[in-house]
Amino acid sequence: MFPDLKNLPSFDTLGVEEKIQRFCSRSIKNESKTEGLKLALSMLDLTTLEGKDTRGKVEQLCYKAMHLHESMPGLPTAAAVCVYPSMVRYAKKALHNSGVHVASVATAFPSGQSGLEIKIADTRMAVDEGADEVDMVISRGEFLSGNYRYIFDEIAAIKTACQHAHLKVILETGELETLDNVRKASEIAMHAGADFIKTSTGKIQPAATLPVTYVMLSAIKDHYLQTGRMVGMKPAGGISTSKIALQYLVMLNEVLGEPWMNKDYFRFGASSLANDILMQLSKAKTGFYQSDNYFSKD
Amino acid sequence: MKDTTENVKFKAAWKYAPAPEATDHVQISSSYDLFINGQFVPPKNKVYFETTDPSNGKILAKVAMADKDDVDLAVSAAKIAFKSWSKIKPQERGKYIFRIARLIQERAREFAVIESMNGGKPIRESRDIDVPLAANHFFYYAGWSDKLAYAFPNRNPAPLGVVGQIIPWNFPLLMAAWKIAPALATGNTVVLKPAETTPLTALKLAELIQESGLPKGVVNIITGDGSTGAELVQHPDVAKIAFTGSTAVGKFIKKATAGTNKKLSLELGGKGANIIFEDAAIDQAVEGIVNAIFFNQGHVCCAGSRLFVQESVADQVIQKLKDRMSTLIVGNPLDKNTDIGAINSKKQLDTINRYIALGKKEGASIYQSECHLPEKGNWCPPTLFMEVSQSHKIVQEEIFGPVLTIQTFRTIAEVIEKANNTPYGLSAGVWTQNGAKIFHMTQKLNAGVVWANTFNKFDAASPFGGYKESGFGREGGLHGLKPYLKFD
Repeated sequence: MFPDLKNLPSFDTLGVEEKIQRFCSRSIKNESKTEGLKLALSMLDLTTLEGKDTRGKVEQLCYKAMHLHESMPGLPTAAAVCVYPSMVRYAKKALHNSGVHVASVATAFPSGQSGLEIKIADTRMAVDEGADEVDMVISRGEFLSGNYRYIFDEIAAIKTACQHAHLKVILETGELETLDNVRKASEIAMHAGADFIKTSTGKIQPAATLPVTYVMLSAIKDHYLQTGRMVGMKPAGGISTSKIALQYLVMLNEVLGEPWMNKDYFRFGASSLANDILMQLSKAKTGFYQSDNYFSKD
Repeated sequence: MKDTTENVKFKAAWKYAPAPEATDHVQISSSYDLFINGQFVPPKNKVYFETTDPSNGKILAKVAMADKDDVDLAVSAAKIAFKSWSKIKPQERGKYIFRIARLIQERAREFAVIESMNGGKPIRESRDIDVPLAANHFFYYAGWSDKLAYAFPNRNPAPLGVVGQIIPWNFPLLMAAWKIAPALATGNTVVLKPAETTPLTALKLAELIQESGLPKGVVNIITGDGSTGAELVQHPDVAKIAFTGSTAVGKFIKKATAGTNKKLSLELGGKGANIIFEDAAIDQAVEGIVNAIFFNQGHVCCAGSRLFVQESVADQVIQKLKDRMSTLIVGNPLDKNTDIGAINSKKQLDTINRYIALGKKEGASIYQSECHLPEKGNWCPPTLFMEVSQSHKIVQEEIFGPVLTIQTFRTIAEVIEKANNTPYGLSAGVWTQNGAKIFHMTQKLNAGVVWANTFNKFDAASPFGGYKESGFGREGGLHGLKPYLKFD
């Protein structure tokens, strides 16, 4: 059902920033820090989305996803590896029964500037090659010109093309600019069938930010209250340190709480974040920061 | 995937480990004397009283109880100091005040910790709000010292003499700054009496003032109870009384100073209306409710203690408020994650509990968030009263605790009438994304401060004060100079 966009809650930028400061002022220490960092690791979508990606590069990343840091026992695996459609088959093979999902971007990623048929074909290819999750982009141009119905229909069509694969809808918030736009795009995506809503492609600055993620989490909460359906959240791009990751988790904890605090409903789209978390975890254990050469760079 | 049809509650799952602020850098003496004429002197009658940590009942220090003789000594020290202090070059006065401001900044951490230990407020607030604002107030008024002739052109502003200042226990250091900074900038000398339950940061400020080299007797700080305050109010050599506290005591001071030449400024109680329209940014408004009533455990004269929600969004707002309340952490004031600290004193806790019992008896529907309260100390969970009307006592009287009454309204005219239907007139808040509505409301609300899409925001440059039984005279800004000056 196409949502009622007239009565959406609006967001006050200053108020949101103030609220974000409250989350950021939480002091996360000792066992709660370790717990949070391990949780963040399990929510990682390790990502490589480059023109120069090859089978070799993807296979190495997949190994990393399954073996984040062998010298530290008891660590989770990453949640997924996120690649272009052409790389899905290699990733699927490399990850086979590990439980780590293969996520594929699709729909003329990252700009989305193509026709619907091509986007559907792009999605089908990813799914046929074995993608468990599809990360689509919305047509921001159509959105900004007020063509909301187009966005809704586009997402619904891709959702159908996904079949059993989970659909993450990338709003590319850096191009939507206002928080009210982000709220509106979230509403359309959730009603059109998104399993996850995602901030960014990582190709546009700013990528994920705390205020934008806060607005999307609030939208998810409203959607749950309205429909009883839980939608997941994935901030992506620009989350490179443990400190920032913990700030996101504090926000998740205090806005949506327990049911969303797992990889089924929350993901981090990031690559360099993994090693920073591993470094912090090893510091918590040994009391020392180790050289970054102790952590594998794949 | 989880079953998504179950009734999910938005309850935080991840518990934060204790993150207490260190206290080893803080120096609290076992006993404090009176700060008179630049020195700490024992009280004439040798009487001391104990000051405690309200979060655990532990005794922090013994503090001198000043009686009539001590008040007399302090006032005469201030009177002698006035002769030279009122004559020194205004630029020099400014330099002294700047120095106090800088010293507060340098020792901010120590002040914040002691403020939380002695008053029960969370360290997040004393660290991020109380202490920085106190320093800012001194910085701001230091700048005015040599510009008074420009502030009041052709009126020849002159200081009054000795000013007696009596401050409350809710913002001990900040209220001391609000009182002392403009008094010094205008060339007056000061006798300040901090509240009985929270004297420690004022006494640390006395140490800091001593260190700053401010001339002897310009600022005197004497501790005691209500009787000490009464002696100060009645002292014939005091030219002005500045009081912040309850309306009951304010009325007593007004009577006591009637027929004398004493100038008076009063900043008293409040029962602020916080008004949420259907076109507000609802999530931010919910956060605004929390900041309005649960800030400093509701021990705030300008707290938004009466919530008015437009009927069309009332259910939504109340549900979101309850969800938000479930994430508020009540406990050890020194823990950096604490949102709501301890009630300031046993006496105040009794008052709050009396009102909560009264609200129940009056038939209001009560909601308290489930939170684990420590066994020792004075605690009160965040509390809502719904289904109340203007006729309920809990709506009419100031509770001064984390207790919010919620009424619904239908039209603008109705909410204006109800918001103004109170003996108080200190603060109000308006939440709407419609700018024209904000201007309409600010003109109609009888309140000294009206916040739009925010609440409990303070700035040294912004005047603060009340209408009606919330008092008169302004503190902060250019307006805050006036109560300390006489004009041709």
